[in-house]
Amino acid sequence: MLQSIFDLRNEFIVKNKSEVLTLAAEHLCLVGVSMALAILIGVPLGIFLTRRPVWKSLILGSNSVIQTIPGLALFGLLLPLPWLGARADRLAIFALTLYALLPIIQNTYVGITGVDPPVREAATAMGLTRRQLLWKVELPLASNVIVAGIRVATVATVGLATIAAAIGAGGLGEFIFRGLAMVDNHVILAGAVPAALMALSAYWLLGLVQRLLSPARH
Amino acid sequence: MAHAPAMSDSPAIEFVHVEYQTGDKRVLLSDLSLRIRRGEVLMLLGPSGSGKTTSLKLINCLLTPSDGQISVDGRPLQEWNVIQLRRHIGYAIQEGGLFPHYTVEANVALVPRLEKWEPSRIQARVREVLSMVGLAPDRFGSRYPHQLSGGQRQRVGLARALAADPSILLMDEPFGALDPITRSELQKEFLALQQRLSKTVVFVTHDVSEALLLGDRIALMDAGTLRGVYLPRQFVESTDPKVKPYVDACRAMQQVLQS
Repeated sequence: MLQSIFDLRNEFIVKNKSEVLTLAAEHLCLVGVSMALAILIGVPLGIFLTRRPVWKSLILGSNSVIQTIPGLALFGLLLPLPWLGARADRLAIFALTLYALLPIIQNTYVGITGVDPPVREAATAMGLTRRQLLWKVELPLASNVIVAGIRVATVATVGLATIAAAIGAGGLGEFIFRGLAMVDNHVILAGAVPAALMALSAYWLLGLVQRLLSPARH
Repeated sequence: MAHAPAMSDSPAIEFVHVEYQTGDKRVLLSDLSLRIRRGEVLMLLGPSGSGKTTSLKLINCLLTPSDGQISVDGRPLQEWNVIQLRRHIGYAIQEGGLFPHYTVEANVALVPRLEKWEPSRIQARVREVLSMVGLAPDRFGSRYPHQLSGGQRQRVGLARALAADPSILLMDEPFGALDPITRSELQKEFLALQQRLSKTVVFVTHDVSEALLLGDRIALMDAGTLRGVYLPRQFVESTDPKVKPYVDACRAMQQVLQS
């Protein structure tokens, strides 16, 4: 068994190259769409919390509760829902987006509230409007913290998306579940290794973005 | 004093029975009435918590008075568009409050850009004000704030406040965080600059010698009220028990008496 894990010349992958590529593309699609949605919802929601902090405990709290639901259970729980449950990929994207939201909302909030108060005050006193303050000062200064949140969320989502195969949403999880059923490590690895590579490259790539965005203040 | 205040009938800034309360009903400022003349440097002097920064922030609507009336250039604040008002008033604070992600040039160009000046005019103006505050534009223009010393950051802060040529300048302990030598250097340059520009300046400080050195008049604040407004000479000669301790603590008194 150990030997098969470390056998880099995985015959299964070589023989099923096109299926590996198809499932990897599906996987990437699940992650990409979920992350895009999570960013589109999470960043504005984080900004909203900096303006209306009363909502903070409700929104961050309910999100934390979602985080505690095991992935497989959440997929199962959502299955009977009318519109969402109709298509497996729709359901998977919905669940993955929910999971990805928390670190993005949280980091957006922390990044913006972390802007130096004198900088914010000077900006206001110079006559920046609320919107200009956001776009010219708060978001640029918070951007690397926001991207750090996106980075954490993306890596987690790549891993979590393998479970989507359990409800028939496709992706690299297909191999993992198939391999488990067949008790064939080659098949499991055909799903696990590309998923791990995908997570690592997302981690590296977003780290690069983060470094590009981090303001030269040191 | 080196320069006499420019007299004019309509005050640049006027406080009439102004009161400021915080959200939790603490009164930080009560019954402030004060006329600030065009072209004068008015020092707001007092210990921390005396209401001097509060008074300053009321002028550009960073705070809103709970009672009374403030006018700028003869117009009550309610009649001003807040954004226009703020762009019409320069603001300089301790450590400059510079944008860390902007170069020196971009920091200084901030208000002219917001006001949509022609790019060539902005560029010329940035070079002009940087030279004015003693920074060579070619050497410092493309640097970031963290690449400057405290004194240089303060100069950039002043240049930024001057960029759109406002007639009023609000300064909140701008030299407070500097070492004594740099501070004294900047104070001298500020005096020289003010002689050329004749802005209306409201300057918050807790440093008596700074107040005596830079001010045309000194407004002494104490526990949220205005204790009095004095010419520097009146201030040092005053027998008011609230003024006395300041003067006693300050050796600059002798310099003023000798002048």
